[in-house]
Amino acid sequence: MPIRDFFHRRGAGSPDIPDDLWARCGNERCRDLIYSREFEKNLRVCSKCEHHTRLSARARIAQLLDPNSFHEEDAELRPGDPLGFVSDGQPYRDKLADSREKTGLEEAVLCGTGRIEDVAMRALVADFGFMGASMGSVVGEKVARGVERSVQDRLPLVAVCASGGARMHEGIFSLMQMAKTAATLARLAEAQVPFFALLTDPTTGGVTASFAGLGDVLLAEPGALVGFAGPRVIEQITKQKLPPRAQRSEFQLEHGMIDLVVHRRDLRPTLGRLLRHYSPPTAYAAGGPSRNGKEA
Amino acid sequence: MSSGLSPWERVQFARHPRRPYTLDYIGCLFDDFVELHGDRLFADDPALVGGPARLAGRSVMVLGHQKGRDARENALRRFGMPRPEGYRKALRLMKQAEKFGLPLICLVDTPGADPTLPSEERGQALAIATNLLEMSRLRVPTIAAIIGEGGSGGALAVAVADRVLMLENAIYSVVTPEGCASILWKNVALAPEAAQSMKITAEDIWRFGIVDGVVPEPAGGAHADPARAMLELGMALRDTLDDLDGSYGRGATLDVERLLSDRFDKYRGIGVFDEG
Repeated sequence: MPIRDFFHRRGAGSPDIPDDLWARCGNERCRDLIYSREFEKNLRVCSKCEHHTRLSARARIAQLLDPNSFHEEDAELRPGDPLGFVSDGQPYRDKLADSREKTGLEEAVLCGTGRIEDVAMRALVADFGFMGASMGSVVGEKVARGVERSVQDRLPLVAVCASGGARMHEGIFSLMQMAKTAATLARLAEAQVPFFALLTDPTTGGVTASFAGLGDVLLAEPGALVGFAGPRVIEQITKQKLPPRAQRSEFQLEHGMIDLVVHRRDLRPTLGRLLRHYSPPTAYAAGGPSRNGKEA
Repeated sequence: MSSGLSPWERVQFARHPRRPYTLDYIGCLFDDFVELHGDRLFADDPALVGGPARLAGRSVMVLGHQKGRDARENALRRFGMPRPEGYRKALRLMKQAEKFGLPLICLVDTPGADPTLPSEERGQALAIATNLLEMSRLRVPTIAAIIGEGGSGGALAVAVADRVLMLENAIYSVVTPEGCASILWKNVALAPEAAQSMKITAEDIWRFGIVDGVVPEPAGGAHADPARAMLELGMALRDTLDDLDGSYGRGATLDVERLLSDRFDKYRGIGVFDEG
């Protein structure tokens, strides 16, 4: 019996993860069936169409950081409900509970220290599965605290970004996280600690327009949607169909908005090189280079 | 106070075409305004205007979003929705204010940053992000006033200020009510409900501690008596400048480090969460 027939008989009810043996490419135009072990080995990139499947924060950390090097920080932060927001009869708190259940996470970002190619760093990793990794107070606070810790301990910062934008349920507090994260990054820049932002599919709205857009180096995975306004909004406003590759990472590279489009298998070596280039010994960093002609 | 208005009625007031716009305020309250143009990179953006001017006898840098009142003017000014060149012009003027020691006054009135492909091609998100960072450390006193619509990142990109004022019938929100209704409920007709849920009125925003003061409007709203409305903001701006002088000094005596540290703390402290 051909192996695909075998699958069709067994895995009818669950289209996305047919069973433990097989995975399906997330690209709507491909939808190829891939042997799961092969798919994992390929870092969840489709071997046929090279589509980079979205990763949970935990899966990303497992792929990108050195094995068992991640130590989570600020895990205790929990969202509040300052607006008492209710959507379609569902209170925000219930919506949050659903997202916790679905992702096993408390919020849309994980922060912690770790290593990439044996270089110590701090990682901020977004999980799009948690309310589209929208930025509410907790995401903003975790980013701000992560940045401030790096100002203190001088660990280079790597943010793996994804976001649909603002957390509308937190209203103006969501908007203000943009100012908060940007203000802390000004201090990181003054401390001359490097910040690398990896933009993954999709990174849009207030996250691109704040901390994600402020990396010293901006990297993106192939084909990732990266921009300010989402394509649906642009098409509604302009009443025109967008070209198919508009706002993809290759488009952003071509327009000079990002530094690199990096295949998932090359992320570790690329970030490793950047971390080594931009992580001078502490003594050098503390003693100079001088600012404004004065000795530091 | 125009109390008794629903949030959706406030939205209509905030967007009223006879409401004073940035250039009206500049014409009425400021002397010797010299409008400066261009971002020195790509273009001039008529949706965001600014330049040096005099307020209450002293030179300041004033800038703001500029809406149009008719179809022709709005084609030019894009309903006050700046493109990246608008934000980069604003940044240029902010840096110039810093260089020459001028207090910065920003008048905020936009539905949001321009959401079109040309803006994406020129880095709308990065232009906004850069302004947020630079405003947080600009070494002169800064005041922002939300005079109409304070719409999302497109508003915040010129509003990370030491003091933020808001007109009584202005709105300040993370996304337009229409945008919120469209994203959450796939139905723009529910914008009035979104306006209610998002808590975007001056009372709400002030209660949340996001703005420092609410400027009263004449009965019936700023469009009912524009001259009175503009005078009220003029007095509030003067008082706020005096207050900043009193707190931090001015000119050679300006305590820049304390100003910056207080500004940082103001934005760093915003957020509602539990530490379990």
